Amino acid sequence: MLDLFLNAIASGVLLGGFYAVMTVGLAISFGMLDVGNLAHPAFVILGSFTAYILNSRYGIDPIVAGIIVLPGFALLGAVIYETYYWSFERRGEEGVRGLSFFFGLLFITEVALILIFGVDYRFVEAPYIGRSIDIGLVDLPLRMLVPCITAFVLIGVLQLFLSRTFIGRAILAVAQDGQALRLMAVSPKHVKRVAFSLSIATAAIAGSCLIIIQPVEPSIGRDYIGRVFAVTVMGGMGSFPGMVIAALVLGIVESLTATFYGPSWSPAVAFGFLLLTLAFRPSGIMGR
Amino acid sequence: MRTTTFWLLTAAVVAAVFGLSRYVTNDYYFFAAYLVLQYIVLATAWNILGGYTGYVNFGVAGFFALGAYSTVVLHKLWGPPIPVLIVVGGIVSGIVGLGMGYLTLRVRGVFFGIATLALAIVIQTFITNWDYVGGSRGVYIIRPATAPLVGNYIEYLFLVMLILAGMSVAIARTVEHSILGFGLATVRDDEMAAEASGVPTLRLKLVATVLSGALMGMAGAPMPYYVTYLDPASGFSLSYAVNAIAMPLIGGTANWLGPVIGAIFLGTIEQVATVTISSALNLLIVGVLLVFFVVVAPNGVMGMFQSRTRRGDR
Amino acid sequence: MSGPLLQVAGMGKRFGGFVALDGIDLAVERGERVGLIGPNGSGKSTFVNCLSGVLRNETGTVQFDGQALNGLPAYKRTRLGLARSFQLPRPFRSLTIAQNLRIPLVYTVNARRTGRRLTEAAIGERCAQLLGVVGLAEKADRRPSDLTQIEMRKLELARALAADPKLLIADESMAGLSHSEVDEILVLLGRLVDQGITIILIEHIMRAVMSFSERLVVLVAGRKIADGLPQEVIRNPEVERAYLGE
Repeated sequence: MLDLFLNAIASGVLLGGFYAVMTVGLAISFGMLDVGNLAHPAFVILGSFTAYILNSRYGIDPIVAGIIVLPGFALLGAVIYETYYWSFERRGEEGVRGLSFFFGLLFITEVALILIFGVDYRFVEAPYIGRSIDIGLVDLPLRMLVPCITAFVLIGVLQLFLSRTFIGRAILAVAQDGQALRLMAVSPKHVKRVAFSLSIATAAIAGSCLIIIQPVEPSIGRDYIGRVFAVTVMGGMGSFPGMVIAALVLGIVESLTATFYGPSWSPAVAFGFLLLTLAFRPSGIMGR
Repeated sequence: MRTTTFWLLTAAVVAAVFGLSRYVTNDYYFFAAYLVLQYIVLATAWNILGGYTGYVNFGVAGFFALGAYSTVVLHKLWGPPIPVLIVVGGIVSGIVGLGMGYLTLRVRGVFFGIATLALAIVIQTFITNWDYVGGSRGVYIIRPATAPLVGNYIEYLFLVMLILAGMSVAIARTVEHSILGFGLATVRDDEMAAEASGVPTLRLKLVATVLSGALMGMAGAPMPYYVTYLDPASGFSLSYAVNAIAMPLIGGTANWLGPVIGAIFLGTIEQVATVTISSALNLLIVGVLLVFFVVVAPNGVMGMFQSRTRRGDR
Repeated sequence: MSGPLLQVAGMGKRFGGFVALDGIDLAVERGERVGLIGPNGSGKSTFVNCLSGVLRNETGTVQFDGQALNGLPAYKRTRLGLARSFQLPRPFRSLTIAQNLRIPLVYTVNARRTGRRLTEAAIGERCAQLLGVVGLAEKADRRPSDLTQIEMRKLELARALAADPKLLIADESMAGLSHSEVDEILVLLGRLVDQGITIILIEHIMRAVMSFSERLVVLVAGRKIADGLPQEVIRNPEVERAYLGE
């Protein structure tokens, strides 16, 4: 019983680390830039499939594959943001239409992946998948440990980028007040575009992590929508430390639920968290 | 035009279409027409909350499937006639809409949208885990051999959906021209200013959510008899949401006519595409059309004919 | 009819670590003409937002016409008789000008329990009357996008008036207006006072505030630093410091 519990906690922490890397892009696009990018999980799945291709054709390690396609994803992010800005943001119509735009992208990505890859589950191969480290009663599967470590490294790097570089701090600033940025002769739109590209680029790495943890097929992105938004909202919309804590909490609760009640209830956990957060968060969300 | 006149006109159109359908012999047309009519209901229902009020519902499939699975449960319990099933489907979806709305409508619209999507997935999770309705394996529903009024069960389903479509359009128009619709427009235009003018925004949003959700549940209620095999993967398909959103966005969100135009236009294209190309490619086309119209023609086809959105006289 | 119309005690509001309002006390009597001034960022808009219910103040109480306002949603406060106009006009863009005014008539005036409901004809009359008062009668069937800046501000005021308020908070209705346009608004406000409406005027244009107010309140960095006769408040050294070069 105890070892069941401890293992559930341990996998929960590892799972939480993965949720953090999956969410960090949304923490930037939605938390900081206020862009409701519903399609974020779809881009993560896209990342999983690019990792799959590079891994199955050329034997490249999935994480390395994720790094290789980073520029491509960043470019995709730039293009999407330009379209979004041109169509909605400059007209102030981010509401219904902006969300529908991303929803459409979510759908298109999923269907396109189905058309190309079919509905079969795909997986990657790497020397660490299938092995685990044992620490006392606890069993740490490497296929979860490696993504978790990658997650923390990536988030750490991003945090340094945001707090130490000029463009990083401009991003933090634009999240608060675009007007002030203009006074510094920096174009808010340019900064936002960089930030959004960054957020999509993280999806490449997150995708690699995902396909290491589990086999992937095009429509599983939907299972993660609730989770990434729950983590973003619970984490305080854009705060990295908050997001990491929220991700860990979610991971642990889901892991415990899966261990003691069965894994098929996991998506409901995230949604429950999301609803509770929305229902009881102080009315500071309104009129933000 | 007065509201009662509109209802009478709608009833007349429904009767006329039904009369014409008596000359159709090929069952395929009834199958296809049922789907288009179903989408008229879904698009109209979505537009009450999306177009009139400005709150996006991505979880269309959730409300729709709740109606369908309520039917499954009742069918297994004692098999009531379709009108009863429709009412029950509407009530179930309406209540869920009320609950979710109460929790999420007090914050910004974007959170509501996300919550609807997550809700649909959660409902799907529950249904997938519920063996009584077949769980992930699905359930078979046997159509009754004979149908009231028209004999052939497919024609009966067509008639039912035709009436439902007429009703939802008339309801939408009634709302549009009522004080409620007036208030919903202010919620959409500027919620803060609406509150400052004395509009009880939360209450109005809840009404719109319940009405919208109930109509979607009603559209889903006859579904099991239509497909005869229902499983969560198809029942909760994301394509319901994409269509329900694309149709009003393409046809126009300002009034009742836009969703109808969008449903007929897109629904017909999809029927043709599914038959001639493939159903997956068909879905891709719908998604692309949605994004295209959202980006290029925000007011839809109707909007392109009018320089601005119009509101009727009060 | 005893006691002040509006009684604010110890109102406080924070945004994260930033203190926007730090214990504001204010009492406004019926029929008073109150001016509220303060540098940018002093908390004036936050104050109005807390009074009208858009934001929730963490500390302090508000009594309006004998009723406690804490916890009431904004629309109920409007129905009680507390109306505000917005600094940046927020018209209902998909409605006509006349319909913009119908909304408060239908949702505030008609929604009140006391008093008789207005008939369709009466609503139309009141609409036309309000449009006449602000000079927008010819544009009744146009959209807000057809209005000039000053016309939008007049619409803002007219919409707040349509709610038949006891207290009207006019939030910077005159920003960006010309000399004569400012006078137009002042005349309008004067007429409203004659009709018995209590007004709190929030403004940066000193000439307007001085000529309108019989009492002047000054907010700086979330605190009230002066409250009294305009001539005396103006000479207060703290106020002078806050307005260097004014």
